[in-house]
Amino acid sequence: MNNIVLLPVLIPFIMGVILILFRNSPSIQRFISAVTAFAMLAVSIYLTYIIYQNGITTVELGNWPAPFGIVLVGDLFAGLMLILASIVGVACLFFAFQTIHSEREKFYFYPFYFFLLTGVNGAFLTGDLFNLFVFFEVMLIASYVLIVIGGTKYQLRESFKYVVINIFASMFFIIGIAYLYSVTGTLNLAQLGERVGELEQTGVLNVVAILFLIVFGMKGALFPLYFWLPKSYYGPPAAIAALFGGLLTKVGIYAIIRSFTLIFTHNPDFTHNIILALAGFTMFFGVLGAVSQFDFKRILSYHIISQVGYMVMGLGLYTPLAIAGAIYYIAHHIIVKAALFLFAGATQKITGTTDLKKMSGLLKTHPALAWLFFIAAISLAGIPPLSGFFSKFALILSGIQEERYFIVFVSLLVGLLTLFSMMKIFVYVFWGKPSLSEEEVKKTKLAPLLWPVAPLVALSIIMGLAAEPIFSFSMEVAEQLLDPSLYINSVLKE
Amino acid sequence: MEILMIITVGVLVSVATYMILTKSLLRVVLGIMLLSHGAHLLLLTLSGLGEGAPPLLGEQAEAYSDPLPQALILTAIVISFGVTAFLLVLAYRTYKEHKTDDLDELRGSADE
Repeated sequence: MNNIVLLPVLIPFIMGVILILFRNSPSIQRFISAVTAFAMLAVSIYLTYIIYQNGITTVELGNWPAPFGIVLVGDLFAGLMLILASIVGVACLFFAFQTIHSEREKFYFYPFYFFLLTGVNGAFLTGDLFNLFVFFEVMLIASYVLIVIGGTKYQLRESFKYVVINIFASMFFIIGIAYLYSVTGTLNLAQLGERVGELEQTGVLNVVAILFLIVFGMKGALFPLYFWLPKSYYGPPAAIAALFGGLLTKVGIYAIIRSFTLIFTHNPDFTHNIILALAGFTMFFGVLGAVSQFDFKRILSYHIISQVGYMVMGLGLYTPLAIAGAIYYIAHHIIVKAALFLFAGATQKITGTTDLKKMSGLLKTHPALAWLFFIAAISLAGIPPLSGFFSKFALILSGIQEERYFIVFVSLLVGLLTLFSMMKIFVYVFWGKPSLSEEEVKKTKLAPLLWPVAPLVALSIIMGLAAEPIFSFSMEVAEQLLDPSLYINSVLKE
Repeated sequence: MEILMIITVGVLVSVATYMILTKSLLRVVLGIMLLSHGAHLLLLTLSGLGEGAPPLLGEQAEAYSDPLPQALILTAIVISFGVTAFLLVLAYRTYKEHKTDDLDELRGSADE
């Protein structure tokens, strides 16, 4: 019983409510939200430290014992995700201070920013399937508002599709919950994990597992359910797009990893092979989309899809090394992807466009931006000694150990194409003759735009250079995930 | 009774699917509403429509009905109520800005 597990959910929620009161005073809003974001970061680091020291920490809400009441469970995986979410939260918030339009600021941008983080953190911590649905909805409703805030024609059109697709997926979530409840008679994740192993109902459980894979795959942009992502992430301003690109799809991936290591472990030959096949298709078609595009933001959006494939590949291989690789990859991806979207925002602020063909020569006028982008880009493509290399290395190594050569081949090919399309951005945006006159260059101050991004790039370098400790941490997370009895015992206290 | 409810759910979901696949914004919203009704009814039905007593202390009954699904759909109904309200406003604003409710015309071009 440790109430600190509640704080990552409560802090953004309460502060979000308070922020509504200060609608007309942006400076107060900014001050409060900056303090809140740092408080969340501090709390999640402290919480992860406690989990690391004492093992899995749980809170039973209202003191109802575990299978009957709702529990919040902090394990190492959840702790790691909380830290990553708050890092991205801080960076995007400070970028938003510089770039967000004052009209958007007035229409409750900051409150919904924190409601979104409430939902995300809640989804990481909850130990109850229906509660997971509720936190998903909290997150999604906030994301509906953030994606349409500003109300341009493009945003309205694409948001409508985004909302409809997500509601559709949520309804399937409810249907999945209904089936699972009728088969097992419980919705507590730990008890589900226990009962699914005891029930000899492989057929029904396979169907339910695939239903949940569809639901989470739609939120996490898996093949063939990713079609909504590139268009809807193109609309909102960079700070919001970065938060979405870094964080939102990864909540879906978190839910897939959680449910397929804790609950649906009854028939890995069937489910995990499907996941592996989906991973291959997802990364291949995602990267093909990226190669074909000529727009900064669109290329990055397609890369989200292809990289989600790597994370799911780790789950599909289902060995400790592969899952550790997937976790390392999630950490790397959340940080680098948010940074890249913020770079797209910064170049958009400087040049006024995201179309690659309309800009050139920023290397001469903005060298700091160019080189920071270069580091993030090659980290995404997986060049040593940056973070992208080591996570892919672990995944590919375990693929070879498991003798799944085809998926290894696909992932290497995708890595190459990723490098190609990132270099395409670099060549078009930064090489060539400067397209801007000197007055235009002086108009935008670059330093305030780069300050929120630089720490993310630095983190990517640190994660690459300090791969040893971070990888051994990922191994511990993976071993905890692959031994569901730890989770089950700490929740049900048997 | 369960069979009847399942058939109802099936009808609701198939009508909803048809509505979502049409080209008018408002019909899509209506389809989403019907789909959520179907999902909620399914959640209520699949735990069994028992005829036990209300699950209260002191009822001295042989069997009690399961209160959990009812608590769950109450939550789910409230959520889908809020989301539907938002979706309606969004559809209306989209219609106002684009001067059309035909989803074919709302496809958007590749380069914009």
